[in-house]
Amino acid sequence: MLKGMFTGISKINAFTWRRERINVPVWILSLLSLTFFVALTFPHIYPAEQRQVLAETMKNPAITAMFGIGYGLDNYHYGAIMGHQMSLFTALGAAIMSILLVNRHTRGDEEEGRTEVVGSCPVGRLSGLGATLAVACAANILLALATGIGLYALGLEGIDLPGSLLYGALIGVTGIFFAASTALFAQITATPRGTLSFSFAYLGISYLLRAIGDVSSETLSMLSPLGWVLRSQVYVNNYWWPIFLTLGAAILVGALAFYLNSMRDMGAGFIHARRGRTHAPASLRSPLGLGLRLQRGVFIAWAIGMYVLGASYGSVLGDIDAFFTDNEMMLKMIPGGPAALSEQYIAMIMAALALMSTIPALFMILKIRDEEKKNRAEHLLVRAVPRPAIMLSFLGISVVTGFAVLMLGATGLWSAGLAVLDEPLAFGPIFSAVLAYYPAILGLIGLAAVLVGVAPKAASLIWYYLGYTFITAYFGNLLQLPEWMRKLTPFGFVPQVPVESMGPVAATGLTAVALGLMAIGVIEYSKRDMVN
Amino acid sequence: MAIVKTSNLVKKFGSFTALNGIDLEVQAGEVYGFIGPNGAGKTTTIRVLLGILRATSGQVEIFGKDAWKDAVEIHKRVAYVPGDINLWPNLTGGEVIDFFIRLRGGSGNRREEFIAKFDLDPTKKCRTYSKGNRQKVALVAAFASDADLYVLDEPTSGLDPLMYRVFQEHILQLKQEGKSVFLSSHVLSEVERLCDRISIIRQGEIIESGSLDQLRHLTGTQVEVETAQPMPALHSLAGVHDVRQRDGALVFLVDNEEIGNVLKYISGFDVKRLECAPLTLEDLFMRYYKGGAAGGGGA
Ligand SMILES: Nc1ncnc2c1ncn2[C@@H]1O[C@H](COP(=O)(O)OP(=O)(O)OP(=O)(O)O)[C@@H](O)[C@H]1O
Ligand SMILES: [Mg+2]
Repeated sequence: MLKGMFTGISKINAFTWRRERINVPVWILSLLSLTFFVALTFPHIYPAEQRQVLAETMKNPAITAMFGIGYGLDNYHYGAIMGHQMSLFTALGAAIMSILLVNRHTRGDEEEGRTEVVGSCPVGRLSGLGATLAVACAANILLALATGIGLYALGLEGIDLPGSLLYGALIGVTGIFFAASTALFAQITATPRGTLSFSFAYLGISYLLRAIGDVSSETLSMLSPLGWVLRSQVYVNNYWWPIFLTLGAAILVGALAFYLNSMRDMGAGFIHARRGRTHAPASLRSPLGLGLRLQRGVFIAWAIGMYVLGASYGSVLGDIDAFFTDNEMMLKMIPGGPAALSEQYIAMIMAALALMSTIPALFMILKIRDEEKKNRAEHLLVRAVPRPAIMLSFLGISVVTGFAVLMLGATGLWSAGLAVLDEPLAFGPIFSAVLAYYPAILGLIGLAAVLVGVAPKAASLIWYYLGYTFITAYFGNLLQLPEWMRKLTPFGFVPQVPVESMGPVAATGLTAVALGLMAIGVIEYSKRDMVN
Repeated sequence: MAIVKTSNLVKKFGSFTALNGIDLEVQAGEVYGFIGPNGAGKTTTIRVLLGILRATSGQVEIFGKDAWKDAVEIHKRVAYVPGDINLWPNLTGGEVIDFFIRLRGGSGNRREEFIAKFDLDPTKKCRTYSKGNRQKVALVAAFASDADLYVLDEPTSGLDPLMYRVFQEHILQLKQEGKSVFLSSHVLSEVERLCDRISIIRQGEIIESGSLDQLRHLTGTQVEVETAQPMPALHSLAGVHDVRQRDGALVFLVDNEEIGNVLKYISGFDVKRLECAPLTLEDLFMRYYKGGAAGGGGA
């Protein structure tokens, strides 16, 4: 039955590599540098005599929710630290790389009509998907080997060869699993956006299931592929079964994707387009109306997602409370007592919520580039719509989206706190804590606007910058990154409310800069050619 | 009054010069054809006219206003059909048409009429439309509301013959109403049938413009002649090009200002049969498109 299905796959494979010659290497090198950089800082920030103290604080459920269960805390060598604090986030990086890659070459190509041209050549029905998955697997295997061998080569205490290879495998197999699941979603939905939404939603759910599961219920964690890979207890017990389990699951999911791909029409999904209206609703009469209509689905998905994220973080607040009340020794160890630590956790959550809220906000502003690239901006331009109106509409949507999803995240946190805490958190302080991050979100939106206006072809570079921001803001404390590295992004100027307090000067300054950047973006966009 | 007027329009993309000193004038009530080979700069010119691209140098005026600075004012009276139409995949054709009409601020009172004429199903999502149907969406939106200038970039490349006729009829109708149309096209019969005047663009330069008759006249006449005696010096006569043999006769092109001399020469060889005809449109275009030495004998 499979005869001829994969004809020509090697040529498509080579061609896919050629198209990926920049993207994949950049991803792999970034993930490798992050891994090696972090590992190399360990001896400086965790001198041997402090490691056991650190291990005690790592028993904190908040940490478990963020990073996963800490294995080997009684002998917290660099290997154990690496496995605990870095493996999950690096695996997430590999998963994101794989999702984007597979989507680009499946639904992305199909939407642009490239699949059709290739399909008309003597190639098998499954060659395209086959080549895409082959490239994704190869990229992940490359990443796994380089990570494993590189880590071992650093020669740090506790970072031995078997552990390092497993560590690499854990990263790679996560990437492969999410590549396969994206291939599956690409069959079910009919658009690249749909595929991305499903894939990232699935990744998000996997993370949250594991977070809640690791704190309270092993079964929940075992529903999540991210939960599986962390069970390998890398550098501590070095179990290989989770790797094989994940790989097996990836093969099953991939096979299902191939099966569905072989059955369906090109360009179609299993969710069919319905007939629509004859007339446009009254709201569809301006660029703003269009923007709202186009972004509605994305907004709703993120609104729900952010509420759930906030609620998930909130749901472990009870465990944290209990942990501190039960743990007398902890109380003595930490200056400022338990309140301080739980506030630190809240500050960390705030940063996470704010960073996540930036993503949909950036989607909204970058959508204007999407319209331009697909030659749809000209439909507006040639119909008596002033250019600033177009840019301002998309900017407005972006600014409001950032605010709305941030608030929803905070509401989720607060409402989950209501359910699990004896003394629930007051909404006011939480509200003002997340609000402190809003100017920083505006700053990133402003930068994106400048890119759209000045260097439209480079606009998507903002995602790399967000990646950098993520690392410095989220790991800044943990890795004790130098101050200047944090100050390279707007998030570096946000005080860690509620631990530090927010100066009105910083907030106003950041907002003013952000608004200035947006103004530059609007002016430059109004002055330049449309480029696709 | 000139509705569209460009003088010495230059457009560069980096170091590449896409338009090199374009001069155009479209008069009120005129259908203006704009033709030229692939990559000649037709779409680029149109995009500059519409303020999507900014001219590197030169003047571009529509209705006497600056095409870039006064774009919004101008667009209230312009309807445009792009050559390469991308629509929003998850909106229906009907929604897109309404949206376009509203953006222009027109009434769109002829929407239903044109949806019916073009036989378009407005309830389908744009994702599912064929190329021709996407073109129809743009045409319906352009025709449904009033404009003074219609800018059409290869608007019929996806239409079937029936729809093509609907299109032609409406263009002629617009002409009668005194509207101006700027039409870029590769379809010669379309240009011949609709256009009052044409410009031919090649490699970013206008190489000829005028009415079709003028262009034909400028270019020359095709002569087919059979003589009893051979004509050894025909090739070397001034103004004679492309001499070929066909069924015992000679076929060649003559520049119009030389035709008298050439006929005088031929008459000395005992003419048995002589046919003169203006160049076919195809011949005309071939000569212009190919460029080089053949470009416009008389010009
Ligand atoms: N944004 C751009 N950047 C660089 N070069 C461009 C750009 N847009 C057009 N060009 C170049 O300008 C030239 C003119 O292109 P244009 O699209 O105007 O041709 P055209 O006459 O419309 O051709 P066709 O008949 O194929 O539609 C081409 O060589 C094209 O490659
Ligand atoms: Mg063109």
